Amino acid sequence: MLKKISKIPFTDSPEQAAKLDAVIAECTGDVSMLMHVMQVAQDIYGYLPFEIQQKIADGMNVPLEKVYGVATFYAQFALAPKGKYAISVCLGTACYVKGAQEILDELSAQLGIEAEECTADGKYSLTACRCIGACGLAPVMTINDDVYGKITAADVKGILAKYE
Amino acid sequence: MENMLNIKINGMSYSVPYGTKIIDAARMAGIEIPTLCFLKEINEIGACRFCVVEVKGARSLVAACVYPIERDGTEIFTNSEKVRASRRTTLELILSTHDRKCLTCVRSGNCELQKLCLEYGVSQADKFDGDKPVYELDYSAAHMIRDNNKCILCRRCVAACDNQGISVIGANARGIDTHISSAFELPLGSTSCISCGQCIVNCPVGAIYEKDDTAKVFEAINDPEKYVVVQAAPAVRATLGECFGLPVGTDVTGKMFAALRRLGFDKVFDTNFAADLTIMEEATELLSRVKNGGVLPMITSCSPGWIKYCEHYYPTELDHLSTCKSPMQMQGAIIKSYYAEKNGIDPEKIVSVAIMPCTAKKFECGRDDESAAGYPDVDYVLTTRELGRMINTAGINFNLLPEEDCDAPLGQGTGAAVIFGATGGVMEAALRTAAEVITGEELESPEFHDVRGMEGVKEASYKLGDLDVKVAIASGTKNAKVLMDKVKDGTADYTFIEIMGCPGGCINGGGQPVQPASVRNFVDLKSLRASALYKNDENRPLRKSHLNEDVKTVYAEYLGEPNSHKAHKLLHTSYVARPLFTKE
Repeated sequence: MLKKISKIPFTDSPEQAAKLDAVIAECTGDVSMLMHVMQVAQDIYGYLPFEIQQKIADGMNVPLEKVYGVATFYAQFALAPKGKYAISVCLGTACYVKGAQEILDELSAQLGIEAEECTADGKYSLTACRCIGACGLAPVMTINDDVYGKITAADVKGILAKYE
Repeated sequence: MENMLNIKINGMSYSVPYGTKIIDAARMAGIEIPTLCFLKEINEIGACRFCVVEVKGARSLVAACVYPIERDGTEIFTNSEKVRASRRTTLELILSTHDRKCLTCVRSGNCELQKLCLEYGVSQADKFDGDKPVYELDYSAAHMIRDNNKCILCRRCVAACDNQGISVIGANARGIDTHISSAFELPLGSTSCISCGQCIVNCPVGAIYEKDDTAKVFEAINDPEKYVVVQAAPAVRATLGECFGLPVGTDVTGKMFAALRRLGFDKVFDTNFAADLTIMEEATELLSRVKNGGVLPMITSCSPGWIKYCEHYYPTELDHLSTCKSPMQMQGAIIKSYYAEKNGIDPEKIVSVAIMPCTAKKFECGRDDESAAGYPDVDYVLTTRELGRMINTAGINFNLLPEEDCDAPLGQGTGAAVIFGATGGVMEAALRTAAEVITGEELESPEFHDVRGMEGVKEASYKLGDLDVKVAIASGTKNAKVLMDKVKDGTADYTFIEIMGCPGGCINGGGQPVQPASVRNFVDLKSLRASALYKNDENRPLRKSHLNEDVKTVYAEYLGEPNSHKAHKLLHTSYVARPLFTKE
């Protein structure tokens, strides 16, 4: 799936910046550590915006396009921030067969965002993920660490209401 | 010999050195293995699977472009039914996402994919009719258009861009969504793309091509109000013949001028004139920098791809660049000032067209500070390819044309000017003039062989009179980086550096005729084309820029002397630091 690039302005804090700086300093000169640095950056910021990819590119002495190429190749990297409530809908085989797409569509409609996007207020983000290993509960969605199984599209509104 | 291996190709016995790639072994045996993604030494990734062959005992078909022969007795089959069927399927799969508008494609007739489909008898273009991503065309760059709907994802453009040390394009996303684009899907015009066009000449299909200005030029020619003047760069005469099936390295100077005249241009001039003029200005600037403690090393400024590279990547080193405009811009400036005044022509009515081996020239003619007479020095830049197309459109049988000369007075060029088109040529031309200006004596031989050749970085030292001169030459911006890092950290002890944006110089420019990988991989295009220029130089009566009579006349009648106030106003320019990305 083509990743959407977030238009939400990026915000940084001195603590976050210092953490990333430290990892880059450790790894600079070793291109094979690029993905590690990107993973750490994503742990720090929740996603990899332009500013951060550029910082990594400069620090690792790799063209920005190469960093972006990696970021868009692997599913684990996000180009949009995670919301306060990160919603994930499993589109693995079992969930898909049990109608997970309808749940994703309903969430999309309720939140006004597409998969891999975050609402402008930073509250909700929506991801379509691969199997999370809870096939017995199919179809499954998670909100942060809460798991909702055997749900239908009609349940979506009620579940979202708990995360105001 | 112990490192020779006995192998069989299609049942015939051969002996090859250990480690030889199958593609090279087959070539020695007279068998051409077709490729799509393979570019020798630049893109050896074995990705497209088109070159697959059978190796007896191997688990599956192997990619001939990267598979090394390491075992005595290896048996290879390049033309089995299994191989042919696999290649055909590969083509059918590529076609499943390809925008198959061959009739209106700029590469029709010169498309590697089209050629292979014919050779492998692909009879059904939509055999696999699945998802077909649709991409918007990118018109943002000054010089080119990217149409990803035609892209076959061979990554040759990416390799060419990496090979230039630029890497503003790459493969992004994955699976069916994989596409070539820039970071964060920025339009190419918002990146540090230097417009060199190396991606274009390496593209096997019609996914990347120059912005075509031929219609505008035809329109100007047809307009009786306009006075349309054309100039042709040194390197164009060494390659234009390739558009008409002539062997690589054929010098078509005379036919080129004949063709331009028959296309209806009012005056046909030669950029060689301005190349000589450039040497006068540049050599004077260099000697003045040496004498007056100016910034050294001084670096040439003829190549607009190189200039843009320097502006993006070395913005703090711009004062090393010679302030001389490129020959093309100088020629344009002289046409719209001196020539217009002398002949009583309103410069507003002049349309100045330049035939160039270069796509970055399309960017250059629109730069600030390149409009000496109040109008752009050059209005339209056409690549060698576009000129080839115009000649075909006009129904001119190029190969039957007589040899003609260009028009006076901006037509005379010396041998020094002709060699501008090959890496080291500007340096050699400058040395010829500097040596004689400094010593006041005639050189025994005008040739400086140390600065010739296709190596990426060259160095040489000369004693010109009392002056010790150390020079360096780089072609291709990745090689330029080697020298520029030294310039930046202050360890470059050179007096003068020549840099050309494209590997090998203008003869291998991004505006030159596209040769398929089958030629690029196995024929030394750069040397063959360069040799045409060096031969042309040898055969000229005048081989030093300061002996150019037309140039002398322009100084006597108009400019005064090199680097005069007037010369500065008309023939010199300025540079600007540019960011790596412009984000909206």
